Amino acid sequence: MQPQVEITPEIVAEHGLTPDEYQSVLSILGRVPTITELGVFSVMWSEHCSYKNSKPLLKTFPTEAPHILQGPGENAGIVDFDDRLAIVFKMESHNHPSALEPYQGAATGVGGILRDIFTMGARPVALLDPLRFGDPANPRTRHLIRGVVEGIADYGNSVGVPTVGGECCFSPSYDGNPLVNVMCIGTIEKDKIIRAVASGAGNLVVYFGNATGRDGIHGATFASTELTEESEEKRSAVQVGDPFVEKKILEATLELIAAGVLVAIQDMGAAGLTCSTAEMAGRGGMGIDVSLDLVPQRAENLSAYEIMLSESQERMLAICTPEQLVNVEKILNKWDLEAHVLGTLNDTGMMKISHAGEVVANLPADQISENSPVYEREATKPAYMADLPNANDWRPDTDVDLKSEWLAFVASANICSKKWIYEQYDHMVQTQTTTSPGDNAAVLTLHGSDDRLAITTDGNGLYCYVDPCEGGKLAVAEAARNVACSGARPLAITNCLNFGSPLKPEIFFQLSKAVKGIGEACRALNTPVTGGNVSLYNENQNGAIWPTPVIGMVGKISAPTKALKGGFPQAGLEVYLLGRSHSNLGASEYLHWKTGDAYTPCPECDLAQEAALVEILVEGAREGILSSAHDCGVGGLAATLSECFLWSPTNCGAELELNAAEPNLTGVCNVIFGEAAGRVVVSLHPDREEDFLRLCTRYRMELAYLGKTIEEDKLTIAFPTGPVAFSRDELASAYYSMESIFPSTEADVPMH
Amino acid sequence: MKSAVVIFPGSNCEMDTVLAIEKISGRTPEKVWHKDSLPSDTDLVVLPGGFSYGDYLRVGAIAKVSPVMQSVQRHAEAGGLTIGICNGFQILLECGLLPGAMMRNRGLHFVCKWTNLKVTRNDTPFTRFSKDVLHIPVAHATGNYFVEPGKLQEIEDRGQVLFRYCTPEGELTDAANPNGSLNSIAGITNEQGNVLGLMPHPERAINKELGSADGILFWESVLGAQTVSTP
Repeated sequence: MQPQVEITPEIVAEHGLTPDEYQSVLSILGRVPTITELGVFSVMWSEHCSYKNSKPLLKTFPTEAPHILQGPGENAGIVDFDDRLAIVFKMESHNHPSALEPYQGAATGVGGILRDIFTMGARPVALLDPLRFGDPANPRTRHLIRGVVEGIADYGNSVGVPTVGGECCFSPSYDGNPLVNVMCIGTIEKDKIIRAVASGAGNLVVYFGNATGRDGIHGATFASTELTEESEEKRSAVQVGDPFVEKKILEATLELIAAGVLVAIQDMGAAGLTCSTAEMAGRGGMGIDVSLDLVPQRAENLSAYEIMLSESQERMLAICTPEQLVNVEKILNKWDLEAHVLGTLNDTGMMKISHAGEVVANLPADQISENSPVYEREATKPAYMADLPNANDWRPDTDVDLKSEWLAFVASANICSKKWIYEQYDHMVQTQTTTSPGDNAAVLTLHGSDDRLAITTDGNGLYCYVDPCEGGKLAVAEAARNVACSGARPLAITNCLNFGSPLKPEIFFQLSKAVKGIGEACRALNTPVTGGNVSLYNENQNGAIWPTPVIGMVGKISAPTKALKGGFPQAGLEVYLLGRSHSNLGASEYLHWKTGDAYTPCPECDLAQEAALVEILVEGAREGILSSAHDCGVGGLAATLSECFLWSPTNCGAELELNAAEPNLTGVCNVIFGEAAGRVVVSLHPDREEDFLRLCTRYRMELAYLGKTIEEDKLTIAFPTGPVAFSRDELASAYYSMESIFPSTEADVPMH
Repeated sequence: MKSAVVIFPGSNCEMDTVLAIEKISGRTPEKVWHKDSLPSDTDLVVLPGGFSYGDYLRVGAIAKVSPVMQSVQRHAEAGGLTIGICNGFQILLECGLLPGAMMRNRGLHFVCKWTNLKVTRNDTPFTRFSKDVLHIPVAHATGNYFVEPGKLQEIEDRGQVLFRYCTPEGELTDAANPNGSLNSIAGITNEQGNVLGLMPHPERAINKELGSADGILFWESVLGAQTVSTP
């Protein structure tokens, strides 16, 4: 049965369709849609499923290279890795659900991205979680971070996929609209890849996994509107996850694919049964005929509309031949799952849905999945970008004590170690993780390969706010630097574009410039875009969030090269800074922390220099010239040198000297807290110094000698204003202090 | 020695355990699905880590009544070597093959980190090596070992505690205890000494590149142990 609803302009508007879009619906159908059909168009033409506002921009990304096996358009991208293996990876956002219900919102985000990977036949081997929250002092933030971290932990840990990295940053810009992005990486034997393209008239449409309920109805359209007070009432749009079912459908899906008994498979994620049927049929140019009476249901009296739009989690839709059904059933039954045959494929190109003896929807599948509306939005440069104050005008207090300033900064929420978060994640299961989350990039050994896989996620909302194009470039460059610091050659990226409403010309300007910057950097660094996710309408009462593109990058360390880590590995090494020696405080975390307002020009991104840096690091690792390498990013040298020291073994310290352009306190602050791009701190054995210098000359890399690592548990730095020294204990107690910001003894106030 | 690794729905360390046994012994263990029984010639059975049955009801509670457990129970009671790691330990406690119970970690969070384990004796099938502090990671939310005071005294007196959380130097401190376990207990045996439960994951410590190879000592000890056949 479907509800008998008259399609009024109000109903159309409630479904997020514009009058023009509704006209397209009328002309596609040649009649007034049923309410179920209207629901189908509403979710399929939402930004989340159709990319209607971002498609023209996304088309400008470089997507091809010989090592790219699958670019955008599938469930996930695929890159060639070694003789046998390919890497499957993708990033998604679950921002809006997490804003309302942080635990379930984050957990189901993990579930969704895992399904994107294993529906391609790949075994998920790693997760990374880039997170952004509001002011840490805000009680709402404290509620959100606890829920999000626990949701990610409970889901990922249970499914047995290690969470090996990510990021966590705080800014009032994200108050009430946190960003919860999740990246998943899988491995697959190249000849086993399966795509979500339906084919073969007469083949069966098989549903398995959780039964369908009322949860998550209109999740996809909900993700495409701004958060308001009323959103709080849309809580039913948030889905509930069950990692145990996920683990079962993961293993069952991989067994089904390995057994070769499927034609195609897709998960039911955003827009549930609607999206999976329309997309599989649409991509294959097929028709599909399903009966909703055969869908297993866990709520009573579900209407056709509700069944089609439900986003109940952990559900899969597969296509198999009638002959293979018995084998499909055998594998599903082993995992205590049931195969529900909903209908068949045909050659009509129509998506025909019936329920209780009635045809409730009859639509051309390709028209809704492949031919959604596309908009060229208007872009206007925001006024605030016109005259940003110069960071050089800023002066530190004359009585500031450098050592206590450094310690307080290292203890601040954005710089301190995120151990409090990552120790809640099982980052070691599957026994492939060689790094602690927090190092440059996560490095995995892969069972069945001699090469190492490096993965990172990076993005800086503040840089993008002051200069979205440069910020976009810097996000890619930083990811490449992090991957290369581990000795890996960057291969490809996925991304999550978190922005405000594209209907506002200033926001669309940010989006288009950021996409331009990302594209330029990807070309320069030969890391094509293999797909990603767009999350728009990230706004709260104060307006849009900082434009925050997050880059997920994979790279490869070819055997027998050993991965480099960020910490100084031993005493007796020479320490150098690669890249520009001088810096200013433009758009720096230090200014953000110090003044709450860092709206000054961000560092410039020199892509040629970034590419040279990658070559030096990859060759330096391969030739055994470098002993360690650590990127200098947010928090500048203060953060980097603290980590190089704290990640070293006990009884290894460093004695360094830093010069400043101005030999005074202002100059010193610029040097230690400035964030000039394209810089890396490396250590090397004195025997390799000559090779190192030759390598840097070959790539015309600017560099500065900083000093030596020593056999003493101390970090000493000589400045023009005098020396500063830290013992391991005092620096460690500042750096590992996140738990004191979010004490586990504090009662969690949900504040719904 | 013939070994078997049991797989429950929701297990997630079974492949790591299989790989560790393969690497150390050169022989592939039997993978036993929870609906089956152990092969009759099994010398060693391992219940791996994970979230059997999604931890529903209570950790290990549903696995306890899984079909395979009848043969595991028989194997253990006949003196066969039996190891439960993490969730496997929780299952052995639920079955009553080991004394005590697990509570939620003291910090109420899942904890995944490297720990150091003080080895209390080296005359058991599991600890025939001379190193007395092992570097092995934990990953659990419910590993806070509890047993009533009288029983605790008994298992201590009988030397049933094989592993305790400690500092790298082997000292037992509160800070080195990741979950609040009584007496810093990380692993115990039954009275007969053939059944071991431990929360840390020795299968995750067989490769220096991943952080430690101390787990090899443990597996070499177990897999080279005098075989005890099951009836």
